[in-house]
Amino acid sequence: MPFLRITSGTFGQLRTFATSTALGKRVKTFAVYRWNPDEPDKKPYTQNFEVDLDDCAPMVLDALLKIKNEIDPTLTFRRSCREGVCGSCAMNIDGINTLACISHIDQNTSKPTKIYPLPHMYVVKDLVPDLTNFYRQYQSIQPWLQRENEAGKGKETQLLQDVEDRAKLDGLYECVLCACCSTSCPSYWWNGDKYLGPAVLMQAYRWIIDSRDDATAKRLSKLKDTYSVYRCHTIMNCTRTCPKGLNPGRAIAQIKTLLSGMVKKPDPIMDPAGLQKQAAQN
Amino acid sequence: MLLLQKSAKVKHILRKWSPFKAPSRFGSYKISHHKYDCLVIGAGGAGLRAAIGLAQQNFSVAVVSKLFPTRSHTIAAQGGMNAAIGSMHEDDWRWHYYDTVKGSDWLGDQDSIQVLTRDAPSCVYELENMGMPFSRNAEGKIYQRSFGGGTKMRGKEIAKRTCCVADRTGHSLLHTLYGYSTKFDHVKHFTEFFVLDLLMQDNAIVGALAFDMDDTSLHRFQAKNTVICTGGYPRMFFSCTAAHTCTGDGCSMVSRLGLPLQDMEFIQFHPTGMYGSGCLMTEGCRGEGGYLVNSEGVRFMEKYAPKAKDLASRDVVSRSMATEIRQGRGVGPKKDHIFLQLHHLPAQTIKEKLPGISETAYTFTGTDVYTQPVPVIPTVHYTMGGIAINYKGEAIIYKNGKDEIIPGLHAAGEAVSNCHGANRLGANSILDTVVFGRAIGVNIGKLFKPGESQPSLKDNLVDASIDNFEMVRNAKGTIQPDVLRLNMRTTMQNKCGVFREAKLLNEAQSEIDQWYKAFSDIKVTDQRLNFNTDLIEALELQNMLQAAVQVVSCARNRTESRGAHFRDDFPKREDEMDYSKPTEGQTPKPIEQHWRKHSLSHVDLQSGKVAISYRPVVDQPLDSEVEFIPPVPRVY
Ligand SMILES: Cc1cc2nc3c(=O)[nH]c(=O)nc-3n(C[C@H](O)[C@H](O)[C@H](O)COP(=O)(O)OP(=O)(O)OC[C@H]3O[C@@H](n4cnc5c(N)ncnc54)[C@H](O)[C@@H]3O)c2cc1C
Ligand code: SF4
Ligand code: SF4
Ligand code: FES
Repeated sequence: MPFLRITSGTFGQLRTFATSTALGKRVKTFAVYRWNPDEPDKKPYTQNFEVDLDDCAPMVLDALLKIKNEIDPTLTFRRSCREGVCGSCAMNIDGINTLACISHIDQNTSKPTKIYPLPHMYVVKDLVPDLTNFYRQYQSIQPWLQRENEAGKGKETQLLQDVEDRAKLDGLYECVLCACCSTSCPSYWWNGDKYLGPAVLMQAYRWIIDSRDDATAKRLSKLKDTYSVYRCHTIMNCTRTCPKGLNPGRAIAQIKTLLSGMVKKPDPIMDPAGLQKQAAQN
Repeated sequence: MLLLQKSAKVKHILRKWSPFKAPSRFGSYKISHHKYDCLVIGAGGAGLRAAIGLAQQNFSVAVVSKLFPTRSHTIAAQGGMNAAIGSMHEDDWRWHYYDTVKGSDWLGDQDSIQVLTRDAPSCVYELENMGMPFSRNAEGKIYQRSFGGGTKMRGKEIAKRTCCVADRTGHSLLHTLYGYSTKFDHVKHFTEFFVLDLLMQDNAIVGALAFDMDDTSLHRFQAKNTVICTGGYPRMFFSCTAAHTCTGDGCSMVSRLGLPLQDMEFIQFHPTGMYGSGCLMTEGCRGEGGYLVNSEGVRFMEKYAPKAKDLASRDVVSRSMATEIRQGRGVGPKKDHIFLQLHHLPAQTIKEKLPGISETAYTFTGTDVYTQPVPVIPTVHYTMGGIAINYKGEAIIYKNGKDEIIPGLHAAGEAVSNCHGANRLGANSILDTVVFGRAIGVNIGKLFKPGESQPSLKDNLVDASIDNFEMVRNAKGTIQPDVLRLNMRTTMQNKCGVFREAKLLNEAQSEIDQWYKAFSDIKVTDQRLNFNTDLIEALELQNMLQAAVQVVSCARNRTESRGAHFRDDFPKREDEMDYSKPTEGQTPKPIEQHWRKHSLSHVDLQSGKVAISYRPVVDQPLDSEVEFIPPVPRVY
């Protein structure tokens, strides 16, 4: 639990944070990757920071915030929601790509926790990777619902979807686009410019399988070339690492079965346009 | 592990803008100039919905955001959005209208509330058509749950009006809107650009100055219309459910132009923030049948709100919890929190309807909601105050007895104040982001055409902004931003909280004034140009301080209790008439003698002193589809 410091009126009584916080008994070392491409003569290095776990909230992000606040304000990383939903704080912690804000600090103080940026990405600074390519790939799958007949403006009504059809989106739509999975995928490491990677492919599948979407054939044909999907060799690093417990590897396998023609996307259980048609009749 | 190192050259190729001659004040400054029909600041629910509406009418749009769109705070909304679409039972948007007016404690503008509730169904359908994966009922329609303050037939029965995607409604909303916005080539996203200030020329807003976080280069965006969608300011409190980035930047930008903000004192405490981390347990927990218990195992809300019980409005539930704790019936070793119990619900309900929150509760409190109660405490959640807007989303000021628009400026989302008054109803907020985001597109479409000519901008327009930016960037004082931030948060939390009174508020005022002044002695350590989060946090702190002095001043000034603003020393609501008695024969008091009016606060940037004036509440709905709802005592 964060410790609420009661401060009184004058600045004379404020803490000075320049001193190390490492006064308690349970001091943990965090070895953090530091690098700034704007200083090309300085090589990347890891810097050790010591944090008193008795005076620190439980997550790795809490430790990083504490380091930034109290020891080194130049330490740079992304964060926003601090509850594992915005996907900002993806990084490599002790060898695993994950979200710092929902990763408990390893309480074993005898060995340091190593923190690196997501692997195989351009580094903007310290723990901040450049995700431009990842975002561009996401846009390329056209992440919106496509219907043959769109309702006219002002005539919108809801499309129908059976509970069972809706359940097919579970495990897919929850993705927070953190890129932990893609950056753990060896195929993505070496072919990231062409291979879409697990995160984006799973979202492609999310739209393909949506019972309301009519563009299935178009979406699938866009994935046909040898790079988009077939670079996945089912290594399953992606699924193992996903901090939200999702299974992109499985989604890719399902795209492959659809592409092979072995399986067809089932017809919607309910006609999505059911209410529209009713309204037109009345 | 291999980490690629990006050379300066590659970085240049990635850059999305083209440098421009651009006027610059200091020799060392190069400013890139961009011109669009519309500039949208912020890419949460409100910003994206506004951008889509504008793009559909072929306006060129720049969406400038300090976060990648799907990192915006809208992502965190769990419970859902209200709309009287009647999937579960007969419903009427007028009932939703009534609930919202009552929820606002009669401080919400009723014309805006009409738009909010009337347009809610079509806004929800639009989102569904864009692909938002709503949960479904057995008929295949959008599933709706109960939420606090939502009733049928004006308070007679609890309604199921909250459309949701399990407990990840904001996530789905934001991903849907972002995905859909990528459909338009003429929507340009400037991601990880931090907006410093609005630009005003000849009394009209003509754009904004921003810097690219990637290299701290300055960018001047010129636009015929600017839309502020920068979210709320809950992070000025120590314990809040909101993201680190909710620092009220847009509100303070407006203050820095010398324009007033409205109703800043109204801060919503959500009854069920997790004890410790502050992460939210959605009201949907209670909507699905969960309830609060005290140390005696008693479901105490039955006492405070006999009808609505745990689904009374948030201010009411939060105060009831705080009262239980004050009277010694809190739980835990320090008896300083309350339990939220879900484990009496069928496991299936929890699994289907509350999966995300079960996971988060386990991560942050270690509780298994299937078998254990979750420790919760009222936590700052939402800020009702902000930029005053009318029902079209136009930013307004109150002058000579009437509302006047600020040419070129619209705003929407948590950054504004119009329909939530003194207390926002749960699930009305992500609703307002889309309703007014859309309304802004409609309004601009009526008044302007794509490609209209724009004035040439004066060279010195950005001077004040650059001066301040320079000052902060090179600040070499003695106070760490973190220390000052913690002081501000502690003051706000302890002295401007659920229960307020003159003594505490006076202390809050002198402390916050001190923190305000102390900012000039701040120290920014990181001097480098790329991704300087030290600098950004300092700028955000400045924004929060400029808003915080207004929150405290307005709270001190308002000597009544209304909605989320509760004064121990003035526990009654002061309306123009005594509405607990028949109004026949009563003469309404003049505006100076009652409190059913908006606070408008101006801050003097130099001293941090706040001047307060007032604006009457809009009581007239837009048309005869609904009637004005006169105040009554607010019981649930
Ligand atoms: C935990 C939680 C749960 C919630 N659940 C619900 C719910 O169930 N139902 C409901 O109706 N409401 C809910 N709310 C409230 C609701 O989520 C917010 O009020 C709403 O999402 C605000 O949306 P917005 O578009 O106004 O702002 P935000 O989503 O906060 O977006 C702000 C945008 O502005 C940008 N920005 C800010 N400052 C700058 C700057 N200086 N320069 C450039 N860009 C800037 C940010 O990058 C961001 O893109 C919840 C809130 C919380 C905290
Ligand atoms: S399963 Fe496919 S996508 Fe996942 S890590 Fe392996 S190769 Fe990459
Ligand atoms: S699938 Fe999981 S790891 Fe991959 S981007 Fe989505 S949330 Fe992150
Ligand atoms: S800060 Fe949002 S996911 Fe970690």
